[in-house]
Amino acid sequence: MSARRQTSGGRIDREQHIRFTWDGRPMQGYPGDSLASALLAANEKVLGRSFKYHRPRGVMSAGVEESGAMVTVGSGVRRDPNVKATMQELYPGLAASGQNAWPSVRFDLGAVNGLFSRFFAAGFYYKTFMGIPPFEWFSKGTGLWMKYEKIIRRAAGMGEASRLPDPDVYDHAHAFCDLLVVGSGPAGLQAALTAAQAGFEVWLVEQDCELGGELLSRADDRLERQRVELVAELEKAGVRIMTRTTVFGLYDYGTAGLLERVTDHLAKPPAYLPRQRFWTLRARHTIVASGALERGIAFGNNDLPGVMNVSAGRSYLNRYAVLGGEQIVVATNNDSAYAAAAELAGAGARVSLLDARANIDGSLLEIAGDAGVSLHTAAAPLDATGSAAISGLEVAAASASGWRSESRIACDLLLVSGGWSPVVHLASHRGVKPVWNADNACFVTPEIGEPIQVAGSAAGIWNTDACFDSGAAAGVQAVKALGGKARAKSMPAIGGWSNPILPVYEIRDPARKTKAIVDPQHDVTADDIRLAHREGFVSVEHLKRYTTLGMATDGGKVGNIIGLALMAEALGVDIPAVGTTTFRPPYTPVAIGALKGRNVGEHFRPLRRTPMHDWNLAQGATMTMAGLWHRPWYFARAGETISEAYVRETGTTRATVGLCDVTSLGKIAVQGPDATEFLNRIYSNPFAKLPIGKARYGIMLRDDGIVMDDGTTWRLSESDYFMTTTTAHAGKVMVWLEELLQTRWPDLRVHVTSVSEQWAGSAVAGPSSRAVLEACVEDPSVMGNEVFPFMGVIETTLNGGIPCRIARISFSGEMAYEAYVPADYTGAMMDLLWNEAQKHDGCLYGLEALGAMRIEKGHVTGAELDGRVSIDDAGLGKMAAENKSFIGSAMRNRPELLREDRPRLVGIKPVDRGEKFNAGAILCAADKVSGMGEGWITAVTHSPALGHWIGLGFVSGGHQAWEGTTLVAADPVRKGNIDVEVVSPHMYDPGGERMHG
Amino acid sequence: MIRINCPFCGPRDHSEFTYGGDASIVYPALDAPMDDWHDAIFLRENPCGMQSETWHHVNGCRMWLVVERDTMTHEIRSVRPAHQGNAAVMSAAGDKS
Repeated sequence: MSARRQTSGGRIDREQHIRFTWDGRPMQGYPGDSLASALLAANEKVLGRSFKYHRPRGVMSAGVEESGAMVTVGSGVRRDPNVKATMQELYPGLAASGQNAWPSVRFDLGAVNGLFSRFFAAGFYYKTFMGIPPFEWFSKGTGLWMKYEKIIRRAAGMGEASRLPDPDVYDHAHAFCDLLVVGSGPAGLQAALTAAQAGFEVWLVEQDCELGGELLSRADDRLERQRVELVAELEKAGVRIMTRTTVFGLYDYGTAGLLERVTDHLAKPPAYLPRQRFWTLRARHTIVASGALERGIAFGNNDLPGVMNVSAGRSYLNRYAVLGGEQIVVATNNDSAYAAAAELAGAGARVSLLDARANIDGSLLEIAGDAGVSLHTAAAPLDATGSAAISGLEVAAASASGWRSESRIACDLLLVSGGWSPVVHLASHRGVKPVWNADNACFVTPEIGEPIQVAGSAAGIWNTDACFDSGAAAGVQAVKALGGKARAKSMPAIGGWSNPILPVYEIRDPARKTKAIVDPQHDVTADDIRLAHREGFVSVEHLKRYTTLGMATDGGKVGNIIGLALMAEALGVDIPAVGTTTFRPPYTPVAIGALKGRNVGEHFRPLRRTPMHDWNLAQGATMTMAGLWHRPWYFARAGETISEAYVRETGTTRATVGLCDVTSLGKIAVQGPDATEFLNRIYSNPFAKLPIGKARYGIMLRDDGIVMDDGTTWRLSESDYFMTTTTAHAGKVMVWLEELLQTRWPDLRVHVTSVSEQWAGSAVAGPSSRAVLEACVEDPSVMGNEVFPFMGVIETTLNGGIPCRIARISFSGEMAYEAYVPADYTGAMMDLLWNEAQKHDGCLYGLEALGAMRIEKGHVTGAELDGRVSIDDAGLGKMAAENKSFIGSAMRNRPELLREDRPRLVGIKPVDRGEKFNAGAILCAADKVSGMGEGWITAVTHSPALGHWIGLGFVSGGHQAWEGTTLVAADPVRKGNIDVEVVSPHMYDPGGERMHG
Repeated sequence: MIRINCPFCGPRDHSEFTYGGDASIVYPALDAPMDDWHDAIFLRENPCGMQSETWHHVNGCRMWLVVERDTMTHEIRSVRPAHQGNAAVMSAAGDKS
């Protein structure tokens, strides 16, 4: 008793042979085969093992709902687990293997789990092993559970993923179209052609490798001719045809997410192609012709290899020329199975047909009779038997008191049809709940209220010719909605069977104990549904999550309707009363790599380089990330460690001169007749009387009184200001200025322009800084102390005619200047400055040295101004103007910000000067090292000036409140606890004398 | 993906914008009492349905817009520049939004 490849027929290319391996064994197939069809043709029955019970599983379908033949394809870095063999196109050299089994799927020791299935029922995770008496009566009851959980976690999961970095490349793409047609079955083909011939731009997107949908599984010459003609006309009409592409989600405003599998079917993918493409398609109109999926019926051992959908049996015969068995039983409750049964009999199998219905009309009797199919009415499958694959079936007969076991029949293939479920998922993504159609025992999509229509079997239309018509009708509606002209066509009615379906979801004889699988991927049984009901998890949302029904990779395509029906029966209500859970994208799984596209590794975030980048590297800089920017971290000389480098840089800058790239600071040109008024409103300190040619340090508050940012603003002329911000907040401040000018103060005549990238800047710091600049400017007299005092600003020219603006401002705390040139002149400026600085034995310094100096001085940065602190917390309260109102002035003295125990800026030193602590540590009182503590550490450095670790941070009440007390810097994650003392944050040159030279 | 019809740039993906906040808030004068500022900063209606909100076209024209959007369905009823002067100019020129 076995499956076999037919000698003719099918859509396979018999001229070529494809060699592949299954579990290391060499096999053969043809182009056009899926992995599943090739394995079936080789009579491989057991292809997998189930999740919990390790039951043997085989091919259950011929499509995306496959839940039995889940295999691992490839090895090493290209190992793909949980691949549905039905969706994997066969290619030369494909290496597939079974998963979730040891030593193999054919003989799996994990099957022992089945013996303990009582303990693995739904919800076992929350119940089993907990509070086992008497051991755990007097404790939390989870002691044993914590030990068992590790074992269970290791056993969980199906296939195993590679842990190596993904070597493949994935692309993002964007497009627009007039009409998106999802699915290329009869309805989709016709709809696309109708709109294309009316002159609209149409995308026809098909998840399969070929157009035709259900037509590909038919053995009808007329239909095949129709299909071929339609495809040719579509190509002629310029329709954008996308095969191997899934529309996985419909989103707002006609946006669709598409996943194009570019090379998954190729043995040797070309290096220039991405593996997959994630498209964002914006369509003015959408037609969903996504077809319908056949459901099964729950009965004993309905998951045995050799049990599959009727349409799958038909597809394997007609599309792949594989006859799945010699003694076939077809079990159904609806008309659609009859044509398939006749075709299978015509292919040479002995076919018996069980129809659950007692009464059917003559047309069906004729089909069965003509084909030699042995027909039994009022009959249904009760219990499949066989060890690793089906060998027989216990048949039940309908009686007055329900289903009763009646007879046995031998078979090697059992095909089941419990009805059809239109694929309503995409419409449901738009928030439209599907509606139950009792006549056809399925959910359908009601009016959507967006330019989206459903056509074909997705709309519950069963007859193929009617599907073509419905596609045309939908196409016409789309044309009209898009503004074109077309003659109206009426939409065919839902349904199309000549005999009504008999709703059957489970065959159960109370006198017999059987195990029926409802969700094969999660081993959810019919009894589990009833258990959930008994335990009170009756809402459809609870049913899903408690039993995990529908939560696997098929998203409930196989088991959800049956699960709903069983819950409805337990509750004594109709199916629609139970409802449905929400369908969310993706319709089928999408690789995270595809969603990420090329934004991985170093491209995870944009990388920003200053115009000084290459010059810094040429000088030996080691770079570091500061937000999105690459900035120099330190300039190590031969053999230096980072510590040696930054200590030398700090020392040299303080002794003579140092140059530092400060280009990443935000720079904004604030210009216009009302610029002064504007600045005076947004800064907390006075700006109305800033003289031309002077700069001022300013602090900006938020509306709620918390500090937003600090920076230095230079006045270049009456109405021209150059504002600088912190690197981290540059973008935010720019947005804030634009918001104020456009939404609150539209009368102010001010323009703001981001010029961050237009100006490159270098700090020139140290006692020799003036001398260096004097030698670099064309007119040295502009550097004189009277004409260029502290906080002065000049616009001048560097040697060689380089336009330059210089401010005498200092972040390092040393006597310093910041010189800016238009970005194109960066290299020229740096060459000039560095050439001169070297004559003074100066150095280049990076962020580490800059950080050390500013921490020693107690100067704040974004690390301190983190959105939680007020101007008083930062110790700068004296700067706030008393005689003007400004943004934040009303709220900065609200009660919360005036509390005695507000966090205040402090310096931190270890009690034992040899100890170290980290930024992020929590400062706690010594007798209460827990919880939120009294403050936190924002930044640390090993101080070159003081010779030990120091930090800045905040502590409630400030350092005065903790005079003479030891605090604890608590850092349980990294370092443990260190005793510290808090001091004034100005730990070096507290008088600020060095700045004034 | 919400599509916003920027009066300056045309229909664009919402990812080109950043969301501002409640456009119905009238911020008090800078010297107004603390209570007025408290209400403006912290109190919101949070409607289920149409609301007026600001969006900033950061990856486009950098203009702030006032958008009427239904918080349940994302349907956008109207878009206009936040700056009244710009709004007046756009409607005088007969903007095609």
